[in-house]
Amino acid sequence: MNYVSVAGRTADAARQASRPLVSLRNVSKQFATGTLAIRGASLDLAPGEFASLLGPSGCGKSTLLRIIAGLTEPSAGTVEWPSACPDASPGATGGARPDIGFVFQDPTLMPWANALRNVMLPLTLARVPKPEAESRALEMLELVGLKGFEKAYPRELSGGMKMRVSIARALVTRPRILLMDEPFAALDEITRHRLNDDLLALWWRHRLTVLFVTHSVFESVYLSQRIVVMAARPGRVMADLANDAPYPRDDLFRTSAEYAHLCRVASETLKRAIMQ
Amino acid sequence: MTDTPLASPSAAPQHGFDAEARPGLAEERRVLGLAVSAWPGVIAPIVIGVLALALWEAIVRIKAIPPYILPGPVLIAQTIVQDWGTLSQSLLITLRITFAALIAAVVVGVALAILFTQSKWLEKSLFPYAVILQVTPIVAIAPLIIIWVGDINLSLLICAWIVAFFPILSNTILGLNSADHNLVDLFRLYRASRWQTLRYLRLPAALPYFLGGVKISGGLALIGAVVAEFVAGTGGRASGLAYRILESGYRLQIPRMFAALVLVSASGIAIFVLTSTISHLVLRRWHESAIRREA
Repeated sequence: MNYVSVAGRTADAARQASRPLVSLRNVSKQFATGTLAIRGASLDLAPGEFASLLGPSGCGKSTLLRIIAGLTEPSAGTVEWPSACPDASPGATGGARPDIGFVFQDPTLMPWANALRNVMLPLTLARVPKPEAESRALEMLELVGLKGFEKAYPRELSGGMKMRVSIARALVTRPRILLMDEPFAALDEITRHRLNDDLLALWWRHRLTVLFVTHSVFESVYLSQRIVVMAARPGRVMADLANDAPYPRDDLFRTSAEYAHLCRVASETLKRAIMQ
Repeated sequence: MTDTPLASPSAAPQHGFDAEARPGLAEERRVLGLAVSAWPGVIAPIVIGVLALALWEAIVRIKAIPPYILPGPVLIAQTIVQDWGTLSQSLLITLRITFAALIAAVVVGVALAILFTQSKWLEKSLFPYAVILQVTPIVAIAPLIIIWVGDINLSLLICAWIVAFFPILSNTILGLNSADHNLVDLFRLYRASRWQTLRYLRLPAALPYFLGGVKISGGLALIGAVVAEFVAGTGGRASGLAYRILESGYRLQIPRMFAALVLVSASGIAIFVLTSTISHLVLRRWHESAIRREA
């Protein structure tokens, strides 16, 4: 966490840094079909943290993400936002949910709208005046490396570029937290590596909090400071691994002994999680 | 952060990032506004049509079939020109009813579809009646409608509308419900109002389905108008193309009957071309159905 304070947080943010941004306590989710998707998951996320949720398919990591986003209600347990804006009215699950950026596995763009309109969507829905929404969306497109593609429709973009539009849309509201549900799983390895690097750069520069769901050990080790390993049937948190490798991380890190070691540890933990 | 998207796979220099290359949108050479490869598809049916007409004309002449049994295409064409005054008036009347019915079908169909998707109860209680309206043969209820309504034009309009509105209703309902689930979640995440979700998500998502419905309904509106005219025409109270067909039949003016028939078919084809063109123009930027793929 050292470099985060070096990166120059505001005094206000630094004061809040001691409190978690979001706090899950004994969250369980049972679907109407009777399936127990998650059992008693507890998790604290510090502001500015990059954490991965690593687990096999069916371990409820996506469901956990949806619960944090408020898209799914937990059957039991609480989701609280202790360092959310104090002036916001508290919701049913504790502190008010702040602005959230959510990136799905598919780019999930509106095919009838061009890149600019897609990125503008959250601002349009928040009734931000059009000129302001447009300039903020343009800024975001530039930030994800898509300057000049405002007018392109999703079908005219490659998979990687569509995902960039999706990330720009998630960031356009300047959310406190970015939730990502296996966003790069459908991309080829070269594109995935480049998007990983760009995501780290965005996180670093804009001091985001990221919760990144993945089933790839390598991706979780490369990206995150913390790897939360989950087990399946029922989904539960098995281990919380720290990854203290310094940032910025690049291809050198990918070939380092430290990386190999971390991958082995995460891999073994995951294997144990699957065996149990 | 420097993607090098390629406008066309063959044109720009390759940087090795194939995955980042955009799908190529190759421009084909055009003749008279139509792509070169599309011409055979246009010419072939025309050739077949001309051949068939020539064969028809030849048989009529060689066998000396009297025109009151089967007129040749040349005679039919002549009749269209000669009787254009009467026929064009009837054509106008039929087309007016057809388009009025189609517009009414669009307005009522879309409005009902939106209402139904906003309230499950409304859909459950009203949809069965829409189905009943759809499955009842229009020939069977047209006389009743004509008697009840009194005004002949209005009753023809109602008949054509009954036939035309259902495809628009059912297609639009399907479209409104077929928005991407993740996008629906996204709208919830951003706390979109019902109206915003309708305007920015459900209506655009329904557009291709709606336009498919319009394509079907355009032809049906014409059929509805013609059928209703037939029913009304037996009472001698209409003046559209169907009435001309009936009238010519009574008077054994068979070439004129064929001429009116040709105009009905031509109207149907024109309506189909029109609705298809509108659909293509609206969807060409984004929908799969309007995108031509290279084999």
